[in-house]
Amino acid sequence: MLVWSRSGRWLCWSFAAALIAAVYVAPLAIILAASFAGQWNDVLPSMPTGEHYLDAVSGASGEALWTSVVTGVVASALALLLGTWAALALRAHTGLLRRILDLLFFIPSAVPSVSVGLGLLVAFSRPPILLNGTSTIVFIAHMILISAFTYGNVSAGLARMSPDFEQIAESLGARPAYRLRHVTIPLILPHLIAAFSLSFALSMGELGATVMIYPPGWVTLPVGIFSLTDRGDVFEGSALTILLILTTLAVLIGLSRIPTKVAPR
Amino acid sequence: MSEAALARPLAAAGGRLWILPPLLVLTGLFFYPLSLIATQALTGDGTTVSLDHFAAVFRSGLFLGALWHTAWIAVAASAGCLMLGFAIALVLSFVPFPGAKEIARFIDTFIALPTFLAALAFTFIYGSAGVVNGALVELFGFETPPVDFLYSPWGVILAEITVYTPFVLRPLMAAFSLIEASQIEVASSLGARAPRIVRQIILPAAMPALLAGGSLCLLLTVNEFGIVLFIGAKGVITLPLLVYDKAIQEFDYTAACVIAVINVALSLSLYLVYRAVIARVGGRNAGVV
Repeated sequence: MLVWSRSGRWLCWSFAAALIAAVYVAPLAIILAASFAGQWNDVLPSMPTGEHYLDAVSGASGEALWTSVVTGVVASALALLLGTWAALALRAHTGLLRRILDLLFFIPSAVPSVSVGLGLLVAFSRPPILLNGTSTIVFIAHMILISAFTYGNVSAGLARMSPDFEQIAESLGARPAYRLRHVTIPLILPHLIAAFSLSFALSMGELGATVMIYPPGWVTLPVGIFSLTDRGDVFEGSALTILLILTTLAVLIGLSRIPTKVAPR
Repeated sequence: MSEAALARPLAAAGGRLWILPPLLVLTGLFFYPLSLIATQALTGDGTTVSLDHFAAVFRSGLFLGALWHTAWIAVAASAGCLMLGFAIALVLSFVPFPGAKEIARFIDTFIALPTFLAALAFTFIYGSAGVVNGALVELFGFETPPVDFLYSPWGVILAEITVYTPFVLRPLMAAFSLIEASQIEVASSLGARAPRIVRQIILPAAMPALLAGGSLCLLLTVNEFGIVLFIGAKGVITLPLLVYDKAIQEFDYTAACVIAVINVALSLSLYLVYRAVIARVGGRNAGVV
């Protein structure tokens, strides 16, 4: 306890409450209010309506929701494979080489996403591989951008894992593949799930790379929300934003409930 | 635990080559495209290597303005994140109340949400037809909307503070949980008042978390795109937005590549600083990158 007087404590609390309300509660509340707004001529919106949600789940907006979920699941699964593979394989290396490889796998998270998009655009708009204008290029961009986060999450999990289990398994004659499937993977499962959750959330909100490369038929939620608000459809844009938040949170909460044999440490 | 002990059995099993498949994927889909950006920045659409394109970009006022905006918006937003994060963490950790943990977790979920959310919300709150201006005009009868910062760098800075403070709050809360409550109680029973305890006990303990969180914020705010795009102020252009404008609006890929090279170089240097900081102060306690 840092503040002992009752009045001092209340002062601290009201200060913190005002800050948190202004910075975190108000933005979410205002987008929620806007998503139900029939009109907004006075200080607060009026004539509540669910129409924007109907618009948001049909037509182009509904497609964007579906596109984002598919992109999020596929890109996160690919990134999980890439990141986990890299983190596991890196353990066979030591010293300087290991540090350099570690840095390389983290770099996609440090580079501005717009540049990643630009690079893919330049690289795959020319032979031998033409991917510009396909949805594949969107999957690639998302996978690359989020792979650094899965790699980071999984290697953190591996670093915390006690080496005893693997060594005992080996001394009992478990072959590498068996040991990986029955010892290592179950031990880092909580980290794999956490990595997938974070990846999915990042993919759902990715804008910088996507806006550089998306083809007309594969518009993700953030791109769809931007074009809605850019042309003045702010209420439908808000409804779509709320759906983005709800979808992301639903997946995060759902995945956090998956029972894992080992409690996360 | 030692890394060597862990690596030995796998290395003995000939596992060294297993790193190649992910490395090839990363090279083909990430480093190769980046190298093409650098190539185009140096050669343009021709084949001769020259720094002419860089010189042309450095002569343009638009680029210099964007570079300046990027730098000072990032510094101001990161400083803001540190201050807001420190204030919130201080109250949540040391003046606790029922529900403080839930509030910390609520703020933490913002890490998973898209950044443009803050920009969108700010247009409703602080825009010329927003709630704050609407209320002020109604109450005091101003002729023009009195709150007018949203379409300036300050609008971007405040939105970035909102979305990146959780990246400071997370390591700070972890650092604060390690401070012994008895240490603070002894200090205050010896007559130290709250400001002195904060300065002499809490701040030194928070330093590693502040350094790690601050350098991460610097990197993330330099790379920020969504907030700047959504606020869409004519006068507020940053490097990532300029890359987008050049490539997608003007189809000037060479200029876009030059600016991207500079932007990537800036980000990579900041990332190396961040790595050096966390190597120094220990642990990836921001827990994200």
